[in-house]
Amino acid sequence: MKTAKQPILPKWFYQLASPKWCYQITGMLLPLFASLAIALLITGFVWALLFAPQDYQQGNSFRIIYIHVPSAILAQSIYITMALSGAIGIIWKIKVADMVAYTCAPIGASMAFLALITGAVWGKPTWGSWWVWDARLTSMLILLFLYFGVMALYSAMEKPETAARSTAILSLVGLVNIPIIKYSVDWWNTLHQPATFTLTEKPAMPIEMWLPLLVMVVGFYCFFATAMIMRLRNEILTREKRTAWVKKLVTEIDR
Amino acid sequence: MQFESLVAFFEMGGHGLYVWLSFSIAVVVIGFNLIQPWLNQKKIFIALNKKYQHENRSQ
Amino acid sequence: MIRIFWAELHKDLLLAYRRKGDLLNPLLFFVMVVTLFPLGVSPAADFLSELAPGVLWVSALLAALLSLDNLFKADFEDGTLEQLMLSSESTYMIALAKALAHWLTTGLPLTIIAPLLAVMLFLPTQAIPTLVLSLLIGTPALSLIGAIASALTVGLKKGGVLISLLVIPLYIPVLIFGASAVQGATQNLPVTAYLAILGAILALSLVLAPFAIAASLRVSVSN
Repeated sequence: MKTAKQPILPKWFYQLASPKWCYQITGMLLPLFASLAIALLITGFVWALLFAPQDYQQGNSFRIIYIHVPSAILAQSIYITMALSGAIGIIWKIKVADMVAYTCAPIGASMAFLALITGAVWGKPTWGSWWVWDARLTSMLILLFLYFGVMALYSAMEKPETAARSTAILSLVGLVNIPIIKYSVDWWNTLHQPATFTLTEKPAMPIEMWLPLLVMVVGFYCFFATAMIMRLRNEILTREKRTAWVKKLVTEIDR
Repeated sequence: MQFESLVAFFEMGGHGLYVWLSFSIAVVVIGFNLIQPWLNQKKIFIALNKKYQHENRSQ
Repeated sequence: MIRIFWAELHKDLLLAYRRKGDLLNPLLFFVMVVTLFPLGVSPAADFLSELAPGVLWVSALLAALLSLDNLFKADFEDGTLEQLMLSSESTYMIALAKALAHWLTTGLPLTIIAPLLAVMLFLPTQAIPTLVLSLLIGTPALSLIGAIASALTVGLKKGGVLISLLVIPLYIPVLIFGASAVQGATQNLPVTAYLAILGAILALSLVLAPFAIAASLRVSVSN
């Protein structure tokens, strides 16, 4: 007797692809991520400013690491998310994936910008100038340019469908290039910089330093989830405004 | 607590400007990314309500 | 499949040859931009010779960038592009042919004229072969990568500046290794490693870029 084909992935995965279900599921997840984000970020900030030890060489300016490293990690992770969800959207023609990619871009660009600014501000007491062509800062600057490219291409296109597909291709091309860019900038930097300054001494970090860093990184991720979900829900409402469920939802909540 | 007094906390051993500048910019960036979508949601609800009422009236 | 490659290449070269002005523009731009540096900064020989590798490479990059806007525009506007995509011909080969035509009309002339400009910038003579070699390997990669950005924006009215914005971050690795190769040659250091990496980037672009170009063309044409 022939049985129906069993779906490989859980039911909620398929539901996420539908804008209506995605709106409902994210509506339930949002309070969770929002409260986690606020709790972790406040804990992290207080810990970083008040309780974490200062660095032997850099003194209190070392505390900037608790902003710089999480934002740098997020800037890169968000780009990968943006490229992958763009790819999912273009391959399987899932509108929600397109919308996720669209909402990622400004958040990722903000993180890249934050990483750059904190890197520059950290550079002043550490190296004496507001900017150095350090390998990691230069790579982060190029990443910011890649984000701007995606956002500029999106705003230049009229139809959201073509905009989604074009930016998906662009962010995938950028994704392939990111390791190449990092390698070439790293290599260029060793050629031109005499000493190797690393803004983060990742190996020998005592637990009093990496524990608050971990809290901040997880907090930043929760912040990204919160911000992305909020933007995604707005985008779903705007694009699906002609559907019955949106009409019902909007008119029932009287503001 | 790493600091003996409130004054020492603000001064951060001479690095006060840099630390507080970085953390304030972080608060602004994070805050903007959280507040802007929240405000937008209200705007969207109002705009959509207006649009649907307009459509209902013209039917 | 190979037939369409040659047909497209032949067509593009013929069209380019008929509009000789278009062929000269990137070359003139290259020469003029290089001239700006002694005028804007300093004509001192030792200063210029130190800048020369980077200036030559950046100027070549900008000149290649300049002509990207028109890569697909003519075919897009008169409908040829749409016909080509609707036909059963391989879009991969069409993309490859177009990028090659662009290189033959832009990158290759730049490479040939580069030694002349190198002399004007007092680049040490032992570095000139490396300059030509690095441009020879690097400029096709620039054409291939640039064609992706050109294909993405072909349907837009003001695609020109946007192309530069999209493509310059992607050009940076080619620039770094190309300029470093020439720099190394001025100091008589071995440059095979840099040229090998440039070759690897070219190989990767040759294989992958036409896919991205084809996909971008499909999106732009179906708009």
